[in-house]
Amino acid sequence: MSALTLSCPMPVAAKDHVSLGHGSGGKLSAELMRDVFLPAFRNQTLEGLEDQATLRIGNARIAFTTDSFVVKPLFFRGGDIGSLAVHGTVNDLAMGGATPLFLSVAFIIEEGFPMEKLRRIAASLGQAAASCGVQVVTGDTKVVDKGSGDGVFINSTGLGVVPEGVCLSAGQARHGDAVILSGVIGDHGIAILAEREGLEFDSPVESDSAPLHTLVADMLATTHAIRCLRDPTRGGVSSSLNEIAAQSRVGILLDEETIPVREEVRGACEMLGLDPLYVANEGKLLAIVDPSVADELVAVMRRHPLGREARVIGTVSASDAGWVTMRTTLGTTRIVDMLSGDQLPRIC
Amino acid sequence: MRYIDEYRDPKIAQALAERIHAKVTRPWVLMEICGGQTHTLMRYGIDELIPAQVELVHGPGCPVCVTPIEIVDKAVEIASRPDVIFVSYGDMLRVPGTKSDLFRVKANGGDVRIAYSPMEAVKIAASNPTRQVVFFGIGFETTAPANAMAVWKARELGLTNFSELVSHVLVPPAIRLLLNSRENRVQGFIAPGHVCTIMGYWEYKALVEEFHVPIVVGGFEPVDLLEAIFMLVSQLEAGTAKVENQYGRSVDYEGNAPAQLIMENVFEVTDRKWRGIGNIPASGLRLRPEFAAFDAEKIFGVEAVEANEPPECISAQVLQGLKKPVDCPVFGSLCTPEHPLGAPMVSTEGACAAYHQYRRHLTSMGCIA
Repeated sequence: MSALTLSCPMPVAAKDHVSLGHGSGGKLSAELMRDVFLPAFRNQTLEGLEDQATLRIGNARIAFTTDSFVVKPLFFRGGDIGSLAVHGTVNDLAMGGATPLFLSVAFIIEEGFPMEKLRRIAASLGQAAASCGVQVVTGDTKVVDKGSGDGVFINSTGLGVVPEGVCLSAGQARHGDAVILSGVIGDHGIAILAEREGLEFDSPVESDSAPLHTLVADMLATTHAIRCLRDPTRGGVSSSLNEIAAQSRVGILLDEETIPVREEVRGACEMLGLDPLYVANEGKLLAIVDPSVADELVAVMRRHPLGREARVIGTVSASDAGWVTMRTTLGTTRIVDMLSGDQLPRIC
Repeated sequence: MRYIDEYRDPKIAQALAERIHAKVTRPWVLMEICGGQTHTLMRYGIDELIPAQVELVHGPGCPVCVTPIEIVDKAVEIASRPDVIFVSYGDMLRVPGTKSDLFRVKANGGDVRIAYSPMEAVKIAASNPTRQVVFFGIGFETTAPANAMAVWKARELGLTNFSELVSHVLVPPAIRLLLNSRENRVQGFIAPGHVCTIMGYWEYKALVEEFHVPIVVGGFEPVDLLEAIFMLVSQLEAGTAKVENQYGRSVDYEGNAPAQLIMENVFEVTDRKWRGIGNIPASGLRLRPEFAAFDAEKIFGVEAVEANEPPECISAQVLQGLKKPVDCPVFGSLCTPEHPLGAPMVSTEGACAAYHQYRRHLTSMGCIA
């Protein structure tokens, strides 16, 4: 018979519509930022691409952030859209080293939504804010036609103050720095997915949704040799580290053996074909720190309830700039790429 | 995790790698058939552990990659209808058709849903009696029994609003095609463990005898694949050619009889076009005539849709082991997982996507020529 003739199809012009992948926190989100939003809003603060903007107003250094919450289901093991909105916004402030102070909350509610559920969400949001020591000081409500929303969406904006001398940025990682992770990964994404897909575990996985500002305060009280903090939410650990590698123009080498994943989460990921490195967290942080303080910081973090399993998971290098790679358990190396499309829909 | 951790054990993997090194005296070209195996090889960097003389080339066993473009076009046409709920395995949504893909249909308001099992589509049909529910029944022998069972179940439930767009493909005819090709370089095959869990491995006897090529049924973990490679090179070095089963914890000679029975009851063998490869005789499954009422192609009148693929990329040579994905001039530049030009870049099981996700650094560092 003749030689095989194989071919690939012509490209589909994939850029003329917004797809779910554009909201995944991965490469398509970065494309959207680069191609649509940055050119439209261009300014120096925004171009830092941090989780929050740090602004000097008078003598104060203010951290300012906003986040929208479209999680489905609204109630899940370990939290709900109300507590998640507080934790997500507080954490974005905390990753800038800020003490969170005030929140705004805007509800977009679909016509016909049960009042009882709305009360539960509001109460949960209020409790979460109180336990974080922040106040909801302003807000807004919009109701849209039945079918124009999906129950409830929440937008939350946060304000906090950044102490003098604290300057954290994804652009500051340097050769030799240590990469610290505060605990097990993937709990939030798998808890949401389990709820959506009706998966059952021997011991159910709960979302790790939690406010990280007191953990960050303990860390900053120990040392200022912290270059950067990120909470690996959408897109997971891989996306956060890829952003840091790109913005700092450094390579990051992870050690697969050191990355903690709960047994149930590993099992669910195996079954669903997911990689825990890409699954969302809502109560974990990554820290890039000077190697001389890494051990001390890990010890401090382990004394905090949200950092009990903190550990060094990798190092920063000047070579392979822009790449995150991983030494596998077999001793080989592979790339840890940024999330390409959408691994899990609507997780936050 | 039991039955997983021991097959990822670094010490066992290392020991197997050493045995392969000790065994190999000359160059061999091996092909793993299944995209899941390709994924593991890339993810764990198995090529770094084995001798450079053993070349691994990547087979056509990625269902998303070989589903023909006109089936994607048919799916797009059906899913775009307002009366249809179109249910698919997630990976198929990004596969480009001639003009569109299922993600774009969804973005334009089509009711396209992702499911992990075709039985979910049957449930959706039962609870939406006024809508037509269509399941995208693609894949190898692995997914065929479940897809057959969904049709069977729908008939049992008396559903008149459930159908499947079927484009199943079969492994043995594809291996035969590769072996018949004048340009074939492959000297030993790792057969796909999941397919063999269903089908057993009796089908490979004829191939082994006719072509004198060793075939080892392999699993999907690093230790599985290293062991399968060891078994293949042992045979090749000894000049033998037989079928062996490395994946004994899941596969036996006869396969899963009830699964084969439901496939046989619902599907029949047909010629099938493979994306990028062309028509392979008796290489696919379609619904039997008695299940015509569940055949989406007939219900929606899309049987005549045809499409041709322009020769833009080199997946031909990649799937024959003549070239590596990184040899493609548009690999990683114009063709990426976000904006795939070809199906092998779409699914994580596709050879191009697996290289892109896990091994791209080696190209930039010059390790893969």
